[in-house]
This record gives sequence, structure tokens and C-alpha cells, in this order.
Amino acid sequence: MDWGPIWLTLRLAGITTALLLVFGLPLAYWLSRGKSLIKIIIEAIITMPLVLPPSVLGFYLLVAFSPQHGLGKWLADHFDVQFVFSFKGLVLASVIYSMPFMIGPIKSALQGLPLSLSQASYTLGKSELETFRKVLLPNIRASLLTAIILTFAHTLGEFGVVLMIGGNIPGTTRVASIAIYDAVESMDYASANNYSLVLFAFTFVIVMAVFIFNRRSAKSPLE
Amino acid sequence: MIAIEIEKKMRTYEGHTVLRVNTQIAPGSITKVYGPSGCGKSTLLKVIAGLVSPEKGKIIVDDVVWEDTATKFSLKPQQRKVGFVFQHYALFPNMTVLEHLQYATDDAAWINRLLHFGRLETLVKHKPEYLSGGQQQRLAILRALAIKPRLLLMDEPFSALDMDMRGVIINELKGLIRELKCTALIVSHNPNEVDAITNEELAL
Repeated sequence: MDWGPIWLTLRLAGITTALLLVFGLPLAYWLSRGKSLIKIIIEAIITMPLVLPPSVLGFYLLVAFSPQHGLGKWLADHFDVQFVFSFKGLVLASVIYSMPFMIGPIKSALQGLPLSLSQASYTLGKSELETFRKVLLPNIRASLLTAIILTFAHTLGEFGVVLMIGGNIPGTTRVASIAIYDAVESMDYASANNYSLVLFAFTFVIVMAVFIFNRRSAKSPLE
Repeated sequence: MIAIEIEKKMRTYEGHTVLRVNTQIAPGSITKVYGPSGCGKSTLLKVIAGLVSPEKGKIIVDDVVWEDTATKFSLKPQQRKVGFVFQHYALFPNMTVLEHLQYATDDAAWINRLLHFGRLETLVKHKPEYLSGGQQQRLAILRALAIKPRLLLMDEPFSALDMDMRGVIINELKGLIRELKCTALIVSHNPNEVDAITNEELAL
């Protein structure tokens, strides 16, 4: 069995989750405060990948980042960056596609905390950042863990959007889900089964680990 | 001296109502704020603390402008640094009793004194969920005092304390407020409850 697609998938899921954690936390915090029209629009855009067919998102990303014209050409000309058929493109697509899985649980958890918690912290002279770090974040730990696991697990299983923007280049964009599809296409059910089993087992183990390590407060991904 | 002249719209079951307050609070006084439910007692404290903005008005504390809607100036709650006891305590579920106080101040001696005052010395490692209602309320009072505030705002601060404990806390709190040279506003829907500590009153 070629372990390349599995490592590539894990690398993609790890980078996507880390990036979304860095950008997602402040974004979720911002969205959780108030309900202006701009926030509603941004939240709707972030949520779109949940309901949009992955191929639609993949198609638009392919068109937007095509090096032949528009944004893709500009990026290629000025920064020598190419997203189409590259690992960078997979990361970009995964970040966009998995964003609601990171933002959603964190935003809901922050909104679920009483406003008086941050107010109490402010009256003690603490800044918004310190309040977020020392009061809000520790109190949404279970939801944060759920968001991280959901994002990671969702990225492991991405197919349509990844295939559209990345194609099937071994070592670069051929992630496990594409390797499974490829193996089935060429009637190599043994390989398909191996990849599927590894993905299944890996996902099961990380989800179980979360529940075991955080038995008291972990939320089910379905909550 | 604290000069308050504010108007704040409030939503009630019957629609909108306007809280209008125009008063002066003497420094060092302990003022009882009372009135019927929904009249805006808690809102007034939050406006003074900078947690809620008034539609109109001005708040001046010791000649420093804290709020002035005419010039759109509002001092941040962090800069006002009032001691605030929330009606529902607003304790941090992730912190122990000791961590609550350490979050507010680095003064270990002051923390020990407060723990003794609140009779919580034996519960320092407990998180709020393992404290009784009365213990939680005492912790909320200690946390507000931890920053040694010049202005102390307390929203129903003794409601969960039993009669004996209420007497002890009120008596000692009086001394602490005097020692800190602090001005205090205490909201209560039961005026008699705080008579033993207050020396001024404000009816809403």
C-alpha cells in the first residue's frame, strides 16, 4: 500500500485545522458579538459550504485561481503563486470548505456564555484580549475541541472540492479520498479498502480520544 | 462627588420605558438604590460602570468625566475600574476561588484578608459549581473588593446569604468600605435588607 496519499491527507488536515484555528477564533469572536448586516452576510458566506455541492465551490475556485486570467494570473505574475493543481490550492480550498465546521461551534459557544462574564472581567480592568484568553476561551474548551476535531475529520474526507482544484497528482494533490476513488475506478478494490480502512480507523480513534479525555464536558458533534 | 444625569431607554414587557436619573452622590457615602422591579436599578449600575451606554447624559466622578453623550465621550469600563457585584454573581466557571481573586489582584496579603472576610479560606481550591449560592455571592463581593475600588456598585449583594452570615458580612463590609475610602451604591428590592449598611438613599 502506498502511504503517500494518507500522509498528504493528514498534512492537509493538520495545516487546514491550524490555519482555521488561528483565523477562526477571532472571526468567531467577532461574529458572536452583535448582529449587524455585514456580520449576517459574512456568516452566510462562511456557512455556504455546508449546503453548497463541493463541486460548485471547487469549480469557482478553479476559475478564480486559473493562472490564465483574473486573480490567478495576477497572483502568478506578481507573486509566482499558483493555487490550481498544487498543494497550496488544496489548503486554500480546504480552509474555505471546512470553515463552517470551525467557526460554527466556537461562535455558538461564545454566544452561549453570559455577557456578564466578560463584563465582570472588564470591571476588573482586563482588556478584551485578556478576557478572551483567560475567561471566555477556557469556558468554551469542549466546543473548541469539537470544532478542531470536526474540522480535521471533515478535511480528511474532502473529495469534490479537492479533486476540482487539485486534480490527482501523486505526492502533490492525490489525497486519500482521491486515491480511493482512483482505486475503485481501476477496479483495485483491495487498495480502496486499505485506504478506506485507515481513514475509518483514524477518524474513529481521534473522535473516541476526544470523548475519553474530555468525558465530563465534551459535546457530541451532533449537539 | 459623583454627578449623574442620564437618560436610558429600557425594554420592558409593556414596551419601552425611560430611566431618568439626576442625582449627586457624596464621596464616601453608602447609598441604597431601591424601587420596584424593572425600574432600572441594575441598568443604572451598569451605566455607571460603563457596561451599558445611556442615550443622553453625563456622569462625572471626582471631577473626571466618565460619560458625556454630548461629546460622544465614554470612558471604558477598564478605565473606570469600579468594583461590581453582579446580581447573578457572574463568576468565572473555569477559575477556583483563589484564582478569581488572583485574576483581580496580585496583592497576596489583601487576598488573604478578603478570604477571611468572606469566610472562604477553606474553599480556595473550589470552583463556583462546587460552592453554595451564599458562598458564590460572597466570592462575587470579594472579587469586586479585590481591586480596591474607589466606587463599589453592588446589585442585590446579600440576597443569597442567610440571616447570620448577612449580619456578619454587612458589618465587616462597612469597615472595609470605610478603610478603602470607597463610595458605594447598593441595589436592593428589599430596602430594609441593606438599612444596616447604607447612609443615603436613591429611589427610582
